Amino acid sequence: MQFGLTDTQQMLKHEARRFFPAECPISEVRRLMEIDGAYDQGLWRKIVEHGWTGIIFDEEHGGMGLGLVEMAVAAEEMGRALLPGPYFSTVFVAGNLLNALPQGRSRLKAICEGRARATLAMLEESACWEPDGVGMVLKNGRLSGTKLLVPDAAAADLLLCVARSGGEVLVAQVCSPADRIRIRRMPSLDRTRQLYSVAFDEAPAEVLARGEGAQAALDRAMDIATVALVAEMVGGMQRILELSVEYAKTRRQFGKPIGQFQSVQHQCADMLLLTESSRSAAYYAAWALNEGTADARTAVSVAKAYASEAYREVGNRGIQVHGGMGFTWENDIHLYYRRAKASEIAFGDAAFHRERIARTVVDGRAAAQIA
Amino acid sequence: MPSGWEGRNSAGESMEENFAYLRAWQKRVHQGGWAGVSWPREYGGRGATLIEQVIFTEEMARAGAPPLANVLGLTLIGPTIIAHGTETQKQRFLSRILSAEEIWCQGFSEPNAGSDLANLSTEAHLEDGRFVVNGQKVWTSLGWAADWCELVVRTDASAAKHSGLTVLLVDMRSPGVEVRPLRQMTGESEFNELFFHDVRVPAENVLGAVNDGWNVALGTLMHERATLGAGLHVLYKRQFERLVELAQTIDRHGAPASRDPVLRQKLAQIYSEIEIMRLNQIRSISRVNHHGTPGPESSLQKLFWSELNQRFQQVAQEVLGPFSQLENGSEFAFDHGQWAYSYLRARGNTIEAGTSEIQRNIIGRFVLGLPRSY
Repeated sequence: MQFGLTDTQQMLKHEARRFFPAECPISEVRRLMEIDGAYDQGLWRKIVEHGWTGIIFDEEHGGMGLGLVEMAVAAEEMGRALLPGPYFSTVFVAGNLLNALPQGRSRLKAICEGRARATLAMLEESACWEPDGVGMVLKNGRLSGTKLLVPDAAAADLLLCVARSGGEVLVAQVCSPADRIRIRRMPSLDRTRQLYSVAFDEAPAEVLARGEGAQAALDRAMDIATVALVAEMVGGMQRILELSVEYAKTRRQFGKPIGQFQSVQHQCADMLLLTESSRSAAYYAAWALNEGTADARTAVSVAKAYASEAYREVGNRGIQVHGGMGFTWENDIHLYYRRAKASEIAFGDAAFHRERIARTVVDGRAAAQIA
Repeated sequence: MPSGWEGRNSAGESMEENFAYLRAWQKRVHQGGWAGVSWPREYGGRGATLIEQVIFTEEMARAGAPPLANVLGLTLIGPTIIAHGTETQKQRFLSRILSAEEIWCQGFSEPNAGSDLANLSTEAHLEDGRFVVNGQKVWTSLGWAADWCELVVRTDASAAKHSGLTVLLVDMRSPGVEVRPLRQMTGESEFNELFFHDVRVPAENVLGAVNDGWNVALGTLMHERATLGAGLHVLYKRQFERLVELAQTIDRHGAPASRDPVLRQKLAQIYSEIEIMRLNQIRSISRVNHHGTPGPESSLQKLFWSELNQRFQQVAQEVLGPFSQLENGSEFAFDHGQWAYSYLRARGNTIEAGTSEIQRNIIGRFVLGLPRSY
């Protein structure tokens, strides 16, 4: 039995831990978050050259063919570095969806090679994270209406869209004649991962899957993206913890480092517990999804429900430990605190996932049996 | 699996009868070769890894098997003797722990040495090659049943408080040992007070070196934090499944309580936390397996399971509704008052085996490297 990271996974972790803070230090995060799309061509090229865009895709598409635990390892380090811009939407969301669609895989090469940045437009005014909530209709191969809270749309040149036709859910790739699509920024808390409204006016779209096939691919891709997100959140928690412990050791009041006071120590101890517990849940969910265990979807929801509250709570305590400094723009913690809120909401908040868990463990007798 | 076991204290009328049942059960487990799974073969164990020990503990819990009577000897004191004992001590004590021939208790806490354990004042001095012990211990689990005690005493009053301590292995039948019951808020007397009046202990019964008792005791405490939770998540999960079963049948506003949206949220939260407790435990045990002995990280496990159980029992009370408060004896009590009992018993979880405050101190200082606060 192997409960820790393998040697290869450890190497990947060290490489990611070195690469992201070096190529995208927090000063660069701050610069990019003021730019529409938070996208920088130079940074993107380095990410591509290191193979990160192909990490989980098969070698035949130009990827590295690694598994979902490796994905979590990389995502954790991206979250720790607060990597801004379209990577997450491109690889972990749209890329995964394309990978789950037989008709989508031909497009993976462009993603692995970094030629395309992509995103998924799903939410509408109903703001529902399940495909049932999608009301946009595809008529005569064209989409009309508005998608909301679409991440990284300004930087994307491949736009996937969830819609329906004849009562069936479908996934389509929007071909993008500029005059039929209008993208507008929706200013939001996390400036490193920007949100947009995307309005279609009879925009031509190519259907990649419909009905059960589309539904299954969406479920799979959303589960994987959710695990990647939770791993990213763990990295963010880790960074807040590191910053707070460091601050508690150096900041002096009443003639001693504030980390000597138990009230401060206990805040830090709780932050560690929340971080480690989220990490346990994230890696188990990644492993379960990779292996296709019976409890995989519940494991994903357990991880997302827990981490959604834990990241926010670690942020709260981190700011508290930093005192007045923690409330300043200059201090980096608020950047993580903003990301924490956006991540909490993305792919369903804690309440959404707890209801999903309840449907299995409170309603279903068989599924509640001990794993 | 023995017959006649339906959970806590179900095997006998009295605490003693119940314990005799558990002792006989451990003897059977021992005869089957399953006591001390992770202990070295030369002392009667299976020589398996700690992970395998945990798997065995989990399987016992999953099968609803009774606990083993000599729990402190098996999980805390035995491993400490294996780590610090002389060969003679190992030969003398270990196999009798496994067979439940000799029951062990732990003489650590005192009225004025709780969280500040190193402040203990039970003292011992050498007289004609034997230690003479005087003092008082408290919160001693199984004191009433014990044949032997792992006792921490002060042997050098002039040394700094952590440096003058020694661990003695004390025969509870020695003249001058007095055991009194300590009734706890649940109404039970799991614990005892121990009094030592001029109790004589042979010098060869020192565990580890004289005045090195703090290190020896610390090893025991870390084992306690690391292993007390092993298998516990299985018990919690069994309890959770039972609670769900009840929730599906209990009426709440004309529908099963399991359909109540607020209770569903709370149940799902508890399920998640039990699951995370399991995963934390697996990671922690893997680390112990890697490094040999449990480290200060075991405080994270202790903190998590103890606080989780309090939240769990509160949610159970909310799910069960007004009858949740009924104790054994009422026909309206659920599961013979088990839930009312568990609610109260959980209250002790964040105090026993080191309070949550002490665990957070340990995490802050030894895991995160923050400066010493006291």
